[in-house]
Amino acid sequence: MRLEYFELVDRIADLDLAAGTIAAECVLPERSTVFEGHFPGHPILPGVLMIEAMAQTGGWLVMARLGFRRMAFLASVKEAKMRRFLAPGQPLRVEATELHEGSGYAVASARILADGRTVADTEITYRVMDFPNADLRAAMLKAAARVQVPVELLPDA
Amino acid sequence: MASTFDTVAGIISDICGIDRDTITPDSHAIDDLGIDSLDFLDVAFAIDKAFAIKLPLEQWTQDVNGGKVPSERYFVLKGLCANIDELVAAKAA
Repeated sequence: MRLEYFELVDRIADLDLAAGTIAAECVLPERSTVFEGHFPGHPILPGVLMIEAMAQTGGWLVMARLGFRRMAFLASVKEAKMRRFLAPGQPLRVEATELHEGSGYAVASARILADGRTVADTEITYRVMDFPNADLRAAMLKAAARVQVPVELLPDA
Repeated sequence: MASTFDTVAGIISDICGIDRDTITPDSHAIDDLGIDSLDFLDVAFAIDKAFAIKLPLEQWTQDVNGGKVPSERYFVLKGLCANIDELVAAKAA
């Protein structure tokens, strides 16, 4: 995870488009400026970044199911629960399931696991829209390759 | 069995915190009830689930924004419910 760059997904470990499920693996960095302020002497991952990790993981699922033709933007987060602290160096598994693909939106449930225990969970709504410009689409396809979206799912840029 | 309107009014009341008694078939979801676009996504999700359909929100928005269709046809509740009934019937056919 590169917290400062909002790169919260390291690698997509499982992606089942038919089932509408995804799992990502991530490792919290040992050092980050984020931990310097949150909190001095007690570094833990901010809850908003737990939410972001779940949103990014579900977002990759939504976009993959749409063939990366459209962008998923975070629209709402419901019932987010941060159940445990996450310290630097902690490996994580982030899972998401698409609950519904609507017209111009999608809804997913997501959770973070550490050592097999649920650390955080929520339900996320995405606005699904055309990419606003070619630069963002190219950047997202590059990021998709970085997180190891199966190459056969990636369209020709 | 609840009518389409009763189900939709209940959904709007629950999600948007609007007094059920103020919601009528002639209410405009946006202009009268003040439902914003984000809350309408939640309403659409609940309607999609309740009726096992997919409201074509993007097409409706394009139609309204493009001036092809007055917003009343989709966003006044009696019009919304008529569209839901059509989608349900089309799915069953």
